[in-house]
Amino acid sequence: MANQNDMRTPLSRVRGLGSAKDGTEHFWRQRLTAIANIPLMLFFIWTIISLNGVGYEQTVAYLSHPFVSIIMLMVVGAGIYHMKLGMQVIIEDYVHGAMGKALLIANSFFAIAISATCSFAILKLGFGG
Amino acid sequence: MSETPIQAGATKERPLSPHLMIYKPIPTMVMSILHRITGAALYFGTILVAWWLIATASGQASFETVSWFFSSFIGRLILFAYTFALMHHMLGGIKHLVQDTSAGLGKDFTTKMAKLHPVASVILTVLIWIVGYAVR
Repeated sequence: MANQNDMRTPLSRVRGLGSAKDGTEHFWRQRLTAIANIPLMLFFIWTIISLNGVGYEQTVAYLSHPFVSIIMLMVVGAGIYHMKLGMQVIIEDYVHGAMGKALLIANSFFAIAISATCSFAILKLGFGG
Repeated sequence: MSETPIQAGATKERPLSPHLMIYKPIPTMVMSILHRITGAALYFGTILVAWWLIATASGQASFETVSWFFSSFIGRLILFAYTFALMHHMLGGIKHLVQDTSAGLGKDFTTKMAKLHPVASVILTVLIWIVGYAVR
C-alpha cells in the first residue's frame, strides 16, 4: 500500500532496490556462499587432514587429481567471495569517509589477488605442473 | 554587538551511538563479536592457504619450506587456531542460516545455544586434530 508521504515512484517501489541500488543482493550472495562453504570447507579440512605429514610427491599427486582440482577451485571461489562480502560489511561498519573507500578498494584487490594466486596454483597442479 | 553564530557548537564532538564497551557482555553478544573476529581471522588466513598452494605448485624446494613452517610449533599453533576459527565461524554461520528462517529466536534458546557454541567449536577442533593425527 502506497504511503501518502512516500516520495518514491511506483517503479522504484516495485524494483525494491532501496537507496543503495542493489537491494538484497549482498545479503543473498553472503548466504548463498555460506551454504556452499559448508560442504566445501569440510572437503578442504579433509584434504588438509589427509595430506598431514605427506611428502611432496604424494601432495602433488593428490592435488592434481581432476576431482580435487575442481572442488578446490570452488572452495577458493565461494570462500573468497564470502570473505570479501564479510570484510566489506566490517569496513562499512567501522571506517567512514575516504579511508573507508580506500579500504573497500583494498578489500576487493586483496580478494582478487588471493583468488588469482590460489586458482593459478590449483590449475598448475591440475594440469600437471 | 557581536554576531551570534547560527551553528553554535557545530564543531564540538557530536554524541555517538552507544558502542560495544558500554554494554554488559552477554553470551549471544560475545558469540556475535567472535563470529566477526573469526571471520576476519579467516580472511587473513587465506594468505597461508595461498602460500601453501603456490609453494606446492612451484616445486619441491618451496614445498619443503612451507611444510617446515606448518610442522613447526608456531605453524601448528596457527593451524590449530585457524581450525578453531573455522569451526566457530561455521557453527555461527549455520546458526545464522537457521535464524534466517525465523526459527530458534527465543531468548532462552539463543542464550543456551550461545553458551554451547564455544564448547562445540572446541570439541570439533580437537576432533579434527585427533583424526588428523590418527590417519597420518
